[in-house]
Amino acid sequence: MMSKIVRTQANFLYPFILIFGFYIVAHGHLTPGGGFQGGAVIATGIALVIVAYGYDRIKSWIKKSTLTATESIGLLCFILTAFIGIGTSFFYNFLANSGLLFGDRVSYGVNPGYLNTAGTLPIMNLAVGIEVLGGLGAILMYMMSYGKEVDK
Amino acid sequence: MIFNAPFISVMILVIFGLYAMVFRRNLIKVVIGLDIVESAVNLFMVSLGYVKNGIAPIYTNSPGGAMVLPTPQALTLTSIVIGVATSAMLLSFCILIYRYYGTLDTRKVRRLRE
Amino acid sequence: MRNILMLIVFLTIFSFFMYVAINPGDFNSQTGEHFVFGSPKFTDMDNYFIHNAQNQTGANNVVTSIVFDYRGFDTLGEASVLFTAVLGVGLALRLLRGDKK
Repeated sequence: MMSKIVRTQANFLYPFILIFGFYIVAHGHLTPGGGFQGGAVIATGIALVIVAYGYDRIKSWIKKSTLTATESIGLLCFILTAFIGIGTSFFYNFLANSGLLFGDRVSYGVNPGYLNTAGTLPIMNLAVGIEVLGGLGAILMYMMSYGKEVDK
Repeated sequence: MIFNAPFISVMILVIFGLYAMVFRRNLIKVVIGLDIVESAVNLFMVSLGYVKNGIAPIYTNSPGGAMVLPTPQALTLTSIVIGVATSAMLLSFCILIYRYYGTLDTRKVRRLRE
Repeated sequence: MRNILMLIVFLTIFSFFMYVAINPGDFNSQTGEHFVFGSPKFTDMDNYFIHNAQNQTGANNVVTSIVFDYRGFDTLGEASVLFTAVLGVGLALRLLRGDKK
């Protein structure tokens, strides 16, 4: 556990890092970024909290089993989203230009960017973002738990 | 000569990484050398797809003009995540080796030989 | 002695790499065109992606549409690799903890 200044700064910065990561994930089909990058940004937020508060305190807040379950759920959502379009082919983008959820038609060329487009891409971005968040967080937690055992 | 500057920097990075992997004795430094080589390969793939005066292949409020090739960038995205996974596995093996041998020096990790 | 030998091998590899980087050679041996940084030769696939990605997938970001739509199997393998890496790290460090008891 680090000093009070570091903990206060971590408390202040943690929600902003989370919001920035979810912004990158949600706008993956419009701006630079996507699921992997946004998930990595959220994982840096977890790393900041782990470093500021130490493993012993974090252990009761964030469970390792929760993180690995999050990762599995993300991967399953990704594969299921790919399977829904199996009528045409695996990974078929069945929502694009259909008028349903995320199904608005977009004209060719430069445009300001509309969130309700791109079919299955935002869903896959969200699934992969959840998966990367869980995976990197689980790796961090496992390595921090080993450091604690050596100290004892 | 000067328009090949990215390729030259890629080769210098590969050489630095290979030097660290061959001549260093510490296992953590070997892993760092592997990561440097990996970054050099990523830079090589991105610079292969560069088009002169090109912009990023994104249509949102873009200024217009030629776009750089998107496929090498997608492959680089794949490569970066696989590099993170490889680094995590190697570092966890380093942790295991330190646990069983008490050192990370490759000259001293030779209990199998005796 | 062994270090000197390795250094010689190393310098050889270094000089070869620098030769290749400074003079990339004939990229297409039939037309004799050199590969020049900034003007790649074979761009048919990428031009197809750039011109058709907006109509076919509706995404403004061409890289995302390639990663998640055109080359989805690639991304599936990548996600599996990350999953397997987390599994391996957890297995290694958990085995360590059971060993300690």
